[in-house]
Amino acid sequence: MSSVTDISTRQVWDLLEEVTDPEVPVLSILDLGIVRDVKVENTTVNVVITPTYSGCPAMDVISMSIRMQLLSHGFKEVNITQVLSPAWTTDWMTEAGKEKLRAYGIAPPNPTQQVCKMELFVDDEAVQCPHCNSWNTRRISEFGSTACKSLFQCNDCYEPFDYFKCH
Amino acid sequence: MQTLINYTLYLADNALILAQRNAEWCGHGPILEQDIALTNISLDLLGQSRSFYQYAAQLINAEHPSAMPATEDSLAYLRDVFAFRNILMNELPNGDWGQTVLRQFFFSAYQFPLFERMKHSSDATLAAIAEKSLKEVTYHLRWSSEWVIRLGDGTEESHSRMEKALDELWTYTGEIFEPAPYEKAAVEAGFGVDATSLKDAWMERVSNILQEATLTVPAPRWMQTGGKEGKHSEHLGFVLAEMQFLQRAYPNATW
Ligand SMILES: [Zn+2]
Repeated sequence: MSSVTDISTRQVWDLLEEVTDPEVPVLSILDLGIVRDVKVENTTVNVVITPTYSGCPAMDVISMSIRMQLLSHGFKEVNITQVLSPAWTTDWMTEAGKEKLRAYGIAPPNPTQQVCKMELFVDDEAVQCPHCNSWNTRRISEFGSTACKSLFQCNDCYEPFDYFKCH
Repeated sequence: MQTLINYTLYLADNALILAQRNAEWCGHGPILEQDIALTNISLDLLGQSRSFYQYAAQLINAEHPSAMPATEDSLAYLRDVFAFRNILMNELPNGDWGQTVLRQFFFSAYQFPLFERMKHSSDATLAAIAEKSLKEVTYHLRWSSEWVIRLGDGTEESHSRMEKALDELWTYTGEIFEPAPYEKAAVEAGFGVDATSLKDAWMERVSNILQEATLTVPAPRWMQTGGKEGKHSEHLGFVLAEMQFLQRAYPNATW
């Protein structure tokens, strides 16, 4: 039996699905895996989010968007809390989100077991070109257009592309 | 409580001042990809400093309730030179690309074992910030290590520039492991990391990378200290003058 609170909690999650990442607008914040908890009490909502990177400038915009979205759908008070632990990981990105990234031309993150090793000068991950699907690609730079991405180039179709790097 | 505030501000100031220095490279990097890389690192450091400042502000307001509560912005923009606790190395002018990269390497090689330990701090907020930051620092350390090797073991020109940078910066590395009174108190209180205990790990990593870069670890020498206790070089004032200008000239201005 579902209570009123269950229904409105589900309603909040549905509304949050419509809030997108300002830097990768094809991804919802749920695809990104940064919404950690939602609690509803009458007309008050508490939303817990976690940043992708400490300095991600999108977080402030995302908080604002969450607030606007919920206020405009009848909630009277919206509290947004940021938590840092457990730290966000690309494992929390949904499979649907990864597909959306690929279709958008950004290579989605690989499973994280390969990440963040300290060995130097190694391409520690094989990354698939989102344009022609070739695995014959190389990393141009560890850091791309935003903190969450690195820059790759395809050796087959020569297109450069962003890779949403493992974290 | 005051110990926790001081210790948190020390961690925040280190990150903020280096973020500000690295950001000076924005639009001036040797190639676009590396310009972007360094400014990404700068942004990570800025984010870390925000987490620490937010926590410090919360602690300060709990301890000293005021009509003008402290905020992350007031701590960054409205304190003067003597209130900053960052190590001297982080406020030094950038020098050339090699010197900037080498400083980043020295600092990341410190932050890495620091946060590995702080992840287990008895203070839950410090532990959470450390856990989050460690993932970022891993990238910084790998990137800066590679560049130290690439330049040290590069051309004659790049090698000699790295030698010069090493000589310039080495005098400032000792301060990292020379604990300030609030660091000692933080260790005693159980939430801080003993800076002296990080020295061996730092030295081992630095020696290995320098060796691979065909650079020689400098002989022990007299080391500069003072930044941790607010005794700064003339350089910090210039950093703050630029960073704080807007809030000083137009108080409470927002975007
Ligand atoms: Zn391709």
